[in-house]
Amino acid sequence: MLLIVCPYCGKRPEIEFTYGGQAHLARPAQPSQLDDQAWAEFLYMRANTKGIYAERWRHSRGCGRFFNALRDTTTDHFLAFYKTGEAQPALSGSGASPTPRESTT
Amino acid sequence: MSSQSFSGLSLFWRSLSSHRGWQTQWRKPEPKAHYDAVIVGGGGHGLGAAYYLAKEHGLTNIAVLEKGWIGGGNTGRNTTIIRSNYLFDESAALYDHSLKLWENLSQALNYNVMFSPRGVMMLAHTVHDIQVFKRHVHANRCNGVDNEWLEPAEAKEFCPPLNIEGNIRYPVLGAALQRRGGTARHDAVAWGYARAADALGVDIIENCEVTGIRRDARGAVEALETTRGVIQSRKVGVSAAGHSSVIMALAGVHVPLESYPLQALVSEPVKPVFPCVVMSNTIHAYISQSDKGELVIGAGTDAYTSYTQRGALHINTHTLDAICELFPHFRRLRMLRNWGGIVDVTPDRSPIIAKTPVPGLYVNCGWGTGGFKATPGSAHVFAWTIARDEPHPINAPFTIERFRDGYLIDEAAAAAVAH
Repeated sequence: MLLIVCPYCGKRPEIEFTYGGQAHLARPAQPSQLDDQAWAEFLYMRANTKGIYAERWRHSRGCGRFFNALRDTTTDHFLAFYKTGEAQPALSGSGASPTPRESTT
Repeated sequence: MSSQSFSGLSLFWRSLSSHRGWQTQWRKPEPKAHYDAVIVGGGGHGLGAAYYLAKEHGLTNIAVLEKGWIGGGNTGRNTTIIRSNYLFDESAALYDHSLKLWENLSQALNYNVMFSPRGVMMLAHTVHDIQVFKRHVHANRCNGVDNEWLEPAEAKEFCPPLNIEGNIRYPVLGAALQRRGGTARHDAVAWGYARAADALGVDIIENCEVTGIRRDARGAVEALETTRGVIQSRKVGVSAAGHSSVIMALAGVHVPLESYPLQALVSEPVKPVFPCVVMSNTIHAYISQSDKGELVIGAGTDAYTSYTQRGALHINTHTLDAICELFPHFRRLRMLRNWGGIVDVTPDRSPIIAKTPVPGLYVNCGWGTGGFKATPGSAHVFAWTIARDEPHPINAPFTIERFRDGYLIDEAAAAAVAH
């Protein structure tokens, strides 16, 4: 089970949280202006990154708030947690993660 | 090439020399510089596609590239359930095509895949379940797929270990039964296809990971870069399960997939106690008994995307809670092993078996949590698609473009298990 650090409540077990999928996907401001391909991209296409992935979590059995995290999907180790609205933390060599790395949390 | 045939007579003949004369079942060739077609992914779907390409379409200069060992991915990690009682016409056609191939697969491959149509029973626990399952029964019958409704006592008669008393949190209110459904031996499916494909000249190349896809000036596929060198081919079929989106990204093709860990577990082996397959959507459990005697139990997906081939224990214990409610006398069984596989899930929970925007590149992916049952049918129509550069009528609806055009095949809402 993952240990997840809610930026508001601290470290809690995974079962208190709901997964929210890929982070930083902004809903198009004018959906009616999009063609079908662009709308499908927004609705259905996800990065599904093998490596470091920015994702949303919600502390649904706690404070109820959404926040973001960086996790390496090849190891399931978290690298950072940050509040919604904050910029994605810069990591050296972010992107693909060729070797397993230790959690920084 | 392997020419040994398996039969009662050959078993007897080899026994006279203490079974010392058996040969390996397929070659381990070095990759050639050029193939007419290459399949990426040596699971059941990929090996099957190679077999049907050689058997039915006359393409014999072909290779299957597998980054690990064949059948070591989801083919070797699933719970071996076979059924075709899907709601929508497109799905029913695809999965029943597969079920019909399962019925004669051992004979076709001269390899005992141990297909056992012992019946798949899906339990209803709520009024909603009853309505949905009866709708499935009627829809299936309209499509020529067998499915029947059982009252609780009939379900108990079909599966005596089942608890139909009112003393559990979600009592059994009935069940939908597909008698033609059942199980097969997962490893034998990979091995049987590998052996039969090899005998037709297909090169099966293990420990060969694809690291790049080269395209010509027109954008068409011309070669694969692999850990065992560059392999030229104008036709490439990707059948890479949880890593499909990673492979497709090498050619710049974006597919609507997310990869999740899906877990399963087996108990210690016991004598035959469980005659069929039982699935429960509402309280989430799948269970059958293997011929070795282990209870084979399917758990759910973890909440998050991952490529780790492992998941969290609470997913398994949640399923065991349901198993112990439904089958109280399994409470004292010990669990022997648990494991995870990475499943590629589409937004509508139906697969993609299609051409791609890149000429010469084909994809068979998105099988999510239920690809094993489809292995022969999927492989068969994928081979057709690769050989003819156009989809078989059965897989024509299963395109990537359906997400753009709004023609979803929404088994996500209709599925018999929660995803």
